[in-house]
Amino acid sequence: MNIYLKLIWAYLKIGIFGFGGGYAMLSLVEHSVVDPGWITETMFTDIVAISQMTPGPIGINSATYIGYVAPSHVNPQLASPLWGVLGSVLATLAVVLPSFFLVIYSSHFIRKHQESGAIKGIFSGLRPVVVGLIASAAILLMNNANFNPNGIDWQLWTNIGICAAAFCLVYFKFPWRGKKVSLHPILVICLAGLAGFLIY
Amino acid sequence: MSINSDASESSSASPRKNRGEVLQLFLSFFKIGLFTFGGGWAMISIIEREIVDKFHWIERDDFLDLLAVAQSLPGILAVNIATAVGDKLHGMKGSAMATLGCILPSFLIILAIAIFLTPDMIKNNHTLSAIFMGIRPAVVALIVAPVITSAKAAKLGLKTVWIPLLVALMISSSQLFGINLGFGSNPILFIILGGIGGWAFWKFSVRNLKKSQK
Repeated sequence: MNIYLKLIWAYLKIGIFGFGGGYAMLSLVEHSVVDPGWITETMFTDIVAISQMTPGPIGINSATYIGYVAPSHVNPQLASPLWGVLGSVLATLAVVLPSFFLVIYSSHFIRKHQESGAIKGIFSGLRPVVVGLIASAAILLMNNANFNPNGIDWQLWTNIGICAAAFCLVYFKFPWRGKKVSLHPILVICLAGLAGFLIY
Repeated sequence: MSINSDASESSSASPRKNRGEVLQLFLSFFKIGLFTFGGGWAMISIIEREIVDKFHWIERDDFLDLLAVAQSLPGILAVNIATAVGDKLHGMKGSAMATLGCILPSFLIILAIAIFLTPDMIKNNHTLSAIFMGIRPAVVALIVAPVITSAKAAKLGLKTVWIPLLVALMISSSQLFGINLGFGSNPILFIILGGIGGWAFWKFSVRNLKKSQK
């Protein structure tokens, strides 16, 4: 099947089953875009970083980026920017379209069942699954390509250190001018980039 | 009153004013998409400020009602709320314009970056590859943090904590154990099972409640 049709199909599925926000969606993207080899694991990690640092939802940003790079990665003959733009448009529209029509045509249905408690029931089952999805997205990124690309021990340990430090900075709150704040993810990515620049 | 009759009333009253409002809706969501980082709840509060407080297009109660619907549906929350607000105000035309306005800034910015920052460029430029080597482990940390916050929010107990553990282990089985489970490691499977399981549990507890009342 043509890469563009595959992209549309993959992103329609991501749009239909994308419950639980951007991070939970990443596990779907990993499964349907990275596993078949349309982009590499490092490309995916870089795209997540860039999607975080630019405005807009991570789901849209990553769909646009992956739609641009996937065609030329799968087939080098599609390396021109125009083929990339086509992939971007198709992936972005495909991820939005299912929920677009669901919001318009099922809001009445949703309201009715919200009152009955059925929707609450469904989400009480989905919530623990979403935790697992996000965890799997994190586990799948803990690989050699991200932590030890050159197979050198000191680099592996440095990267584990960067990961631990970044986690502490975004997760824990620090006293700052009388308030307790945690660092914004964008700032953490910038610091990690600076660390990479200085160390490697 | 239904959503559609709202839209047709306002359009029959004054088509020109209506067109101006649709354009304003597009511009509002374009601005929101352009200036909010991260999507999700950060975006929702800004949409609320713009739609409810600034333009008074929708009452706060109605907005919260739309938000509840948008949250119950799959997809990107900020985009869903844009679609819902647009639909409520101007029907299909409004929802299309609000949705486009919301995604267009992301799309254009990412496209501009993607054209100039290709994977080959990161690989071949020493400075860029050093920067990204530092960034990659941090990205992993950024995804580990919401695992813990969402686990706390889901109020996992001894009866439910096996669900995320099983889901995570099965999805990443090929990496952790080198076993290929095929469809058994597909996230979609677990989303469907989680939804059905939650629904069945709700049905079951409603039936038990009715029995005990009799």
